[in-house]
Amino acid sequence: MNALARMVRSQAGASVIATLLALLIVTLVIAAGGYDIGHAATALWNGSVGSPYSFFSGTLVRATPLIIVGLAVAVAFQAGVLNIGAEGQLLAGAAAAMTAGLAMTGWPGWISVPAELIAGMLAGAACAGIAAVLKRSFGVLEVISTLMLNFVALYGVSYLVRGPLEEPTHTYPETLRLAESARLPVIIPGQRLHLGFIIAVVLAIAAWWFVRSTATGFRIRAVGAGAAAAASAGRVSVDRVVFGTFLASGALAGLGGGVQVTGVTYKLFELISPGYGYTAIAVALLARLNPLAVVVAGIFFGALEAGGAGMQRDAGVPAGFVYAIEALVILGVLAVDRVRTYAGAHSAPVAGERAA
Amino acid sequence: MSGGAFTAFLESGVRFATPLAYAALGELVVERAGVINIGLEGAIICGAFGALIAAGTGSVWLGFAGAALAGVLLAAIFAFFVVTLKTDQIITGTAMSMLGLGLTGTLYRTMYGTAGASLHIATIAPAPVPGLSAIPVIGRAFFDQPVVTYALYAIVPALAWWFYRTTGGLALRAVGEHPEAARGAGISPSRVQWAALLFGGAMGGISGGTLVLAQVGTFAEGMSAGRGFIAIAIVVLGRWTPFGVAGAALLFGAASALQTLAQTMGWGMPYQLPLAFPYLLTLVLLASTRGRTASPAALGQRPA
Repeated sequence: MNALARMVRSQAGASVIATLLALLIVTLVIAAGGYDIGHAATALWNGSVGSPYSFFSGTLVRATPLIIVGLAVAVAFQAGVLNIGAEGQLLAGAAAAMTAGLAMTGWPGWISVPAELIAGMLAGAACAGIAAVLKRSFGVLEVISTLMLNFVALYGVSYLVRGPLEEPTHTYPETLRLAESARLPVIIPGQRLHLGFIIAVVLAIAAWWFVRSTATGFRIRAVGAGAAAAASAGRVSVDRVVFGTFLASGALAGLGGGVQVTGVTYKLFELISPGYGYTAIAVALLARLNPLAVVVAGIFFGALEAGGAGMQRDAGVPAGFVYAIEALVILGVLAVDRVRTYAGAHSAPVAGERAA
Repeated sequence: MSGGAFTAFLESGVRFATPLAYAALGELVVERAGVINIGLEGAIICGAFGALIAAGTGSVWLGFAGAALAGVLLAAIFAFFVVTLKTDQIITGTAMSMLGLGLTGTLYRTMYGTAGASLHIATIAPAPVPGLSAIPVIGRAFFDQPVVTYALYAIVPALAWWFYRTTGGLALRAVGEHPEAARGAGISPSRVQWAALLFGGAMGGISGGTLVLAQVGTFAEGMSAGRGFIAIAIVVLGRWTPFGVAGAALLFGAASALQTLAQTMGWGMPYQLPLAFPYLLTLVLLASTRGRTASPAALGQRPA
C-alpha cells in the first residue's frame, strides 16, 4: 500500500515506529518544561556518541549489563516464562561474584575471574530456581514469586554490605574493592570498556544460534507459542523446558551482576543496580525477543542513559526522563503490535502469551 | 521491652500499614476482576506527586483529591492498554511503574528545580478519638492516628459487604472467576474491569497522598519505595479478602516497625530480617496453598 504500512508489517519497523513515538512524546514534555530542545539534544549527543570516550566508556559500558540481562529476559519470554525477577537474580549474581572474588584474593586472574563469573551465574540460577521449583511443584505464578524474590535479594545484599562483607573500617556500607587481578580486563587502553562487552556480544550470538538452530531452541519456541499445543503434539515436556529456560535465564541475569561487579564497580553496595532488571524488559521487548537485536536495543538504551546523564549535567534536563522513554517504548511496542494484529499481519506474540 | 516501647511499636506499625492498606485494597478489587496491576507502584508515586501539586492550594483535602485523580489518570492508561487493547498485563504493568517513576521525577525537577527539597507541606495531625485512644496498649496505636487511617476502619467492612452482599460485588467476582459466564449473564467484563482499575488507581493515588500529606510532609523522587509491589504481596497474603488484606497490611507494617525497633533497642538481629520476612512468608503461603487456590480463577489472563 505505502511505505508506512510496510514498516508496520515488519518487526524491526514496528520497533522503530514505537521508539520514534516515544522520543516524540518525551521531546514534547521536555519542550513544555521550558528547556531548550537544541541544547538538550546536543548534550544528549555529546554524552552518548559525541566522542570516543562517551561512546566506549559511557554508552557501551552502560549497555553491557543491559544486553546480558536483556538476553536473560528475552530467552525466558521466548518460552513464555514471565521472569520479572531479573533484578533479584542480578543482585544475587553480583553478591556471589563479589564473595568469590574476595575469597580468592591473591589467586591468578585467569582462575579467579572465571570463578567469580561462574559464581554469579550459579547464584542467579539458584535465585530463579526457587521460583522455578515453586512454579513446577506448587503451581505458584512466577510473576508473583520472582517479584517477592527481588526484595529478598535486595535485603540480602543490604545485609551483606552492612554485615559480613562490610569493609573493615565500617565507614561505608560497601565491600572492599576487588584486587586488580580479580577484575575483568579493560579492552581499549584509556577507556573504561571491559571484556564484559565482548562476553555480552558473544552470548547474544550464541543465544541467537541456539534458539534458532537447535532442537532445544525449537522446543523453547514451541512452548512459548503455546504450551498446550506443544505438549499435545508430543515429545515436548513443557515442564522440563520451562524449568530449564527459567534456570538459564537466571544464570544470564546473575552473570550480568557478576560482570558489573568485576568490570565496572569492583565492589558491592546496595544500589549497585539502578533497575537494570526492569530496563532489561524494555530492551528485550524492543528487540522483539531476538537475541541479536538485543545487542542493538541494549546499545540504544545504554546511549540514552549515558546521554541522559549528559543532558542532566549540561542542559539541566532531569535524568528521570530516561525511565519515561523506556516505559513509552514498551507501550509503543505493545500498541503497534495490536495494530499489526488488527491489520492481519502474521507475527510471533511479543511475549507472555499465556498457555490458558 | 517496656509497655511504652511496645505501644510505640504498634503505633508506628499502624502508621506504616496505612498507605500499604490503601494500595492493597485497591489492588484487591482489581485482582478480583481478574486483572493483576503490577503498575500499582506507578499509581502510588503519581498520587504522591498529585498530592504535592494539589496541596499547593493550601487544602489538605484537595491534596487527597489530587492524589486520587493522579492515580486514576495512570490507571486509565493501564486500563486502555490491558482491557481495551488487550495487551499483556504484566508487561504493561511494568511499563506503568517505570512511566510513573520517570514522569514524576521529570515533572518534579522541571517544576520545582533544585529547590524541591526545601518544599514543605502542612500534614494532617493525628486526631485522637476520645475514650478509645485511652485503651491501654492498643488505644494509642489504633485511635491516635490521622483521619485517613480511621477511614480504613470503614472501608474494609464496607468492601467486604459490597463483595458478598451486592450485585455489583457479585458481578466483579464473576468477571474475575469466569468472564465468559459473566458475559452470558449480561455483564460486560471490560466495563467491570475498567471500573475496578479506576478504583484501584484512586486507592493507589490516595496511598501516595497519605505518604505526602499525613507522614513525610514533602515529595521525593521514588518515595513510593516499592510499596506497590508490597501491596501485591499483601493481597496474596490476605487471601484475596478485605479483612485478610487488612491483616496482612498490618503484618507488613509491623515488620517495618520491628526493623526500626530492632535498631533502636540494639538487638543483635540484622534489621533486614524483619523486612524480608513478609516476602518469604508470602512465598511459603503461596506454596502451601498450591499457588492459586484462593486467587480469582481468571487472574492475569488476557481476555479473548
